Amino acid sequence: MVAPESLGAEGKPFEMDVERGKIGEFARAVHAKHASHWQGDHPVVPATFLTTQFFWEERVDGANPWDLVQMSQKRGMHAEQEYIFHGPPPRAGDRLFARSKITDIWEKQSRSAGTLTFVKMVTEFRDADGNLRAEAILTGVETAKPPEAS
Amino acid sequence: MNTPEPRTFGPVTRTDFVRYQGASGDMNPVHHDEPFAKNAGFPAPLGVGMFPAGVMASWATDWLGPDNVRRTRIRWKAPVFPDDQLTVTGSIAKEYDEDGEARIDLELAVSKADGQVVVQGWMTFVRPEGL
Repeated sequence: MVAPESLGAEGKPFEMDVERGKIGEFARAVHAKHASHWQGDHPVVPATFLTTQFFWEERVDGANPWDLVQMSQKRGMHAEQEYIFHGPPPRAGDRLFARSKITDIWEKQSRSAGTLTFVKMVTEFRDADGNLRAEAILTGVETAKPPEAS
Repeated sequence: MNTPEPRTFGPVTRTDFVRYQGASGDMNPVHHDEPFAKNAGFPAPLGVGMFPAGVMASWATDWLGPDNVRRTRIRWKAPVFPDDQLTVTGSIAKEYDEDGEARIDLELAVSKADGQVVVQGWMTFVRPEGL
């Protein structure tokens, strides 16, 4: 069950180094063929690359406030994901300073699944000067009944 | 501006899921461990939602340039399983100026061979020079 008191919970800050090898590995996995992911010493990240934040987050105790949401493993799903770049996307060699926060919890009625509980977590990525470079916005949903596997 | 041809990929395999999981760091066993997935009620390992979503975004960035993307929004509509054949389609929804830059909004989808949409997407790009 989603814990309502997790609203507003903020994770500990963590650093994320954007690395050339990880960019190439990720680009290959998502069939990104543009030469900009491989050229030069500072290739650009694929559009959904910031999902690799979890690797960096895991290294810092308390960095991921999603753990506090306590969404059911069986009835919880990733409903939506968004990545926003405030200017050109990060490149290899960039060090990002990140922090995640549970920003919204809301409910919606569904005829087939009963009450749906949505939870939104926003991770902000800043540069060393504090400028906001990117945001990752995760929306999870928990159904009252288990979803039917199709 | 001409929209590129749709991109078909697959039939997707367990190896595609594992390669994506290794790259992303999401090692949830439901996406690769057959007994675990079956125990959770799935007929086979459940595709990682971010994998087709990532391929969808790549279709657009291969076209308009990865340096130009400013926003990618993804919504999951249906699960993917091994052997699904998937197709990425997209079109220009809007062209406009914002903050002194020419922008393009795209609407995208990933569909199964029978037409069922598995991922919907919306992306915003800075319009590349010369296009």
